Amino acid sequence: MKPTLLIANAICKQFGGVKALSDVSLTIRQGEIYGLIGPNGAGKTTFFNVLTGLYHPNGGELLFEGHKLQASAPHLAAQSGIARTFQNIRLFGNMTALENVMVGRHVRTHAGVVGAVLRDRKTRREEAGIHRVAEELLHYVGVADRAHDLARHLSYGDQRRLEIARALATEPKLLALDEPAAGMNASETAELRVLIEGIRNDGITVLLIEHDVKLVMGLCDRVAVLDYGVKICEDVPAVVQKNPKVIEAYLGGSVA
Amino acid sequence: MTLTFDSFRQNKSAAIVAAVGIGLVLAVFPFLVGSTLGNSWLRILDFALLYIMLALGLNIVVGFAGLLDMGYIAFYAVGAYLYALLASPHFGLHVPVWIIIPAGAVLAGVAGALLGAPTLRLRGDYLAIVTLGFGEIVRIFMNNLNAPVNITNGPQGISSIDPISLGGITLAKPLTVMGITIPSLHAYYYLFLALALLIVFVSIRLQDSRIGRAWVAIREDEIAAKACGINTRNIKLLAFTMGASFGGVAGCLFAGFQGFVSPESFNLMESVMVLCMVVLGGMGHIPGVILGGIMLTVLPEFFRHSAGPVQQAIFGKILLDPEALRMLLFGLALVLVMLYRPAGLWPSTIRRREFKGESTDVLKEGE
Repeated sequence: MKPTLLIANAICKQFGGVKALSDVSLTIRQGEIYGLIGPNGAGKTTFFNVLTGLYHPNGGELLFEGHKLQASAPHLAAQSGIARTFQNIRLFGNMTALENVMVGRHVRTHAGVVGAVLRDRKTRREEAGIHRVAEELLHYVGVADRAHDLARHLSYGDQRRLEIARALATEPKLLALDEPAAGMNASETAELRVLIEGIRNDGITVLLIEHDVKLVMGLCDRVAVLDYGVKICEDVPAVVQKNPKVIEAYLGGSVA
Repeated sequence: MTLTFDSFRQNKSAAIVAAVGIGLVLAVFPFLVGSTLGNSWLRILDFALLYIMLALGLNIVVGFAGLLDMGYIAFYAVGAYLYALLASPHFGLHVPVWIIIPAGAVLAGVAGALLGAPTLRLRGDYLAIVTLGFGEIVRIFMNNLNAPVNITNGPQGISSIDPISLGGITLAKPLTVMGITIPSLHAYYYLFLALALLIVFVSIRLQDSRIGRAWVAIREDEIAAKACGINTRNIKLLAFTMGASFGGVAGCLFAGFQGFVSPESFNLMESVMVLCMVVLGGMGHIPGVILGGIMLTVLPEFFRHSAGPVQQAIFGKILLDPEALRMLLFGLALVLVMLYRPAGLWPSTIRRREFKGESTDVLKEGE
């Protein structure tokens, strides 16, 4: 069996009286594509936000490569190798596509104020590296021809891809994608699928929230299902599909 | 990327010719102004350079990092008071200027970080209100730190401040260099110009760097910036610190130039003025901010000088007090600029597109 990358141990998150996540535990192994599904409001995005340090959990802990992740420290999560995209695309709209990806390199580079002002050889080399990697990533996701356009002027599908490029620029070990196929047509979704498989083949583990059941079932190695903040099932897609609890969660009521 | 000098990068010789040309104009400019418009305009020119430094400092906080700071003049005050306390008969200290100016930059930078730290979670209107309060706190401190121990001499301010002197040569008296006599106001002009150019240089370098991109990323979307691994707390504090240190340098120069500081010079109106320079010039665009600094220093003075004579010529007598009228006209000018050039007088190409790209935008762009 492949080594474990991430262990979520009894994660709880409450908003006032609402339990968005109750004792959610899951294990993600290196190199797999792991799907996280569930009806609207099941707590999928909340889990993402806890994982990437945007929310402080009320209980539980996250172990990434065996080390405990510090809660509510998004920049540390990125540094340890967790990158994400957002359900409602969050690009830096008034920066060019290239600059967006260059920002993603921030966490893997070091130049400070002194380096920026003096622009010594080390800084120049680092800056050239940032530029090169950013251009390569734009090619990789297929928006290189829009490199110098403002991110907000890109088409919806290109914005989704650009956000993935920006996340990849942080050199993640785990890439968390929050509904990447939302609003995409069939051919765009097919392209996205190729992209995600390519990312996995490059050795990056993918955590995927998605509503497109066909995409999830076809792409994921394993799937966890959340319902009202509780994990009701975790298994390979074929088993999950037949799980009565899952069917109930999706269709409502009991299936006699 | 947003620099207008970009086209020069391909053409080195054109860049050199342009630089030499601009350098010559800047070098002879004070003589031109002094001989045609007189010394009062020369003083205005010196002040314009100080305001350019302030505007460039605030541009880092507001223009790059998008943090609306309404109390920026506090850092100008910190620099000015540091100079006044260390180089005046008030404490009997006469520390040389090459120590005070770096110390002023550092102290103002520290003040920037201290004032920035409690505001890190705030944005927009809320941040504006808190920084506005901080700006006033600093002024009121200066106003009241004369009892029980007299530190700032309270509302009377500190006078007889040493003029700036470099290597034993004071700038307060005319200098003779190689047979050319340089009057005091000219000498200050060259010193201020040199420091303003240094600040422009630092601003440009910062803008086009890893740090500059992180600032803009925070301005654009703080959550996404965090997710990209930017330590937004540190990077925001860095913006406050860098911006404040520019203000501190300008404050030191102001104290040495003016020879007198009092809390009155650092009121809210001054903060608003510097903010206007940044916004009207073109937020985040260095040439635009410089233009804003010049315009907003020169325009009120122009109205002051012209409001009287123009009325005299039209009506044969002065109907309205020029002093009152100049602010009225100035306000009108601000409204017109914002209506016809909402992105600022000289916005970056990207920001211009930003305003034009809006299909819902009903505002005209006076291109």
